Amino acid sequence: MAPIGTLHYLVVAAALFILGVIGVLTRRNVVIILMSIELILNAVNLNLVAFSRLWGLHGQVFAIFVITDAAAEAAVGLGILIAFFRNKETVNVDEIDLLKW
Amino acid sequence: MQQAVQPGMQPVATTFFFYLLSGFTLLSGVFVITRKSPVHSALALIFGLLSQAGLYLMLYAPFVAGVQIILYAGGIMVLFLFVIMLVNLERSQREEQFNGQWVVGLLAAIALGGLFMTVYVKGKSLFPYRIAQPVENTNTQQIGLMLYGQYMFAFEIASLLLLVAIIGAVVMAKKRI
Repeated sequence: MAPIGTLHYLVVAAALFILGVIGVLTRRNVVIILMSIELILNAVNLNLVAFSRLWGLHGQVFAIFVITDAAAEAAVGLGILIAFFRNKETVNVDEIDLLKW
Repeated sequence: MQQAVQPGMQPVATTFFFYLLSGFTLLSGVFVITRKSPVHSALALIFGLLSQAGLYLMLYAPFVAGVQIILYAGGIMVLFLFVIMLVNLERSQREEQFNGQWVVGLLAAIALGGLFMTVYVKGKSLFPYRIAQPVENTNTQQIGLMLYGQYMFAFEIASLLLLVAIIGAVVMAKKRI
């Protein structure tokens, strides 16, 4: 088999990114949409680390920043979800229409 | 003990472990977006994050792999499971789980996949061929020096971001403000 290069990792990351996009676009449950966003962020991280193998450690430092962002986003998103669930007793995105008139 | 690694020379098991770990990652990604119960999705996501930490180890990034396990699989996913426990309804699992936007999802997937493949096939000049850098024995130390030196400002901004996120989450989840 061919030796594993950077391109192999990039293809895996692209597939993971596409899976996350499909999850965001087709699921109704907010929790699973947030998990799909985590999948997307992880795909980006895999790209960054794969490139850092060639271009020095900057990619790994950025991957750590992305993980920090993911933590902040998950905390705020799940807080919003709890606040919403207290009002409407549902976790489906298509029933979140409070700002619609 | 530092071993001199020849560029281009790879350990024997690399290929096998790459396909194993990336297969696990992608399979658990599929499980995340197809399972009915959010708990199953969360468990599949934890498994995928752990196998992705294995991929980081194969890319000689032990510190990022450790952060991935501790922060992602240990911290963020516990948060997810906790919220699932708070908001999980028996009723919501009997409802339709997909919003029927299959055309949009498929179009986005095809467009993004085509874009990635075009870049990878035609954009060889965008990624000039580089020999992999020699493995540093002091990965964690190097990352710490960069975080506190070159990326000091971004580091401080990240801490500010976390503070804002903490306050935002507490305000959101509070019963009466």
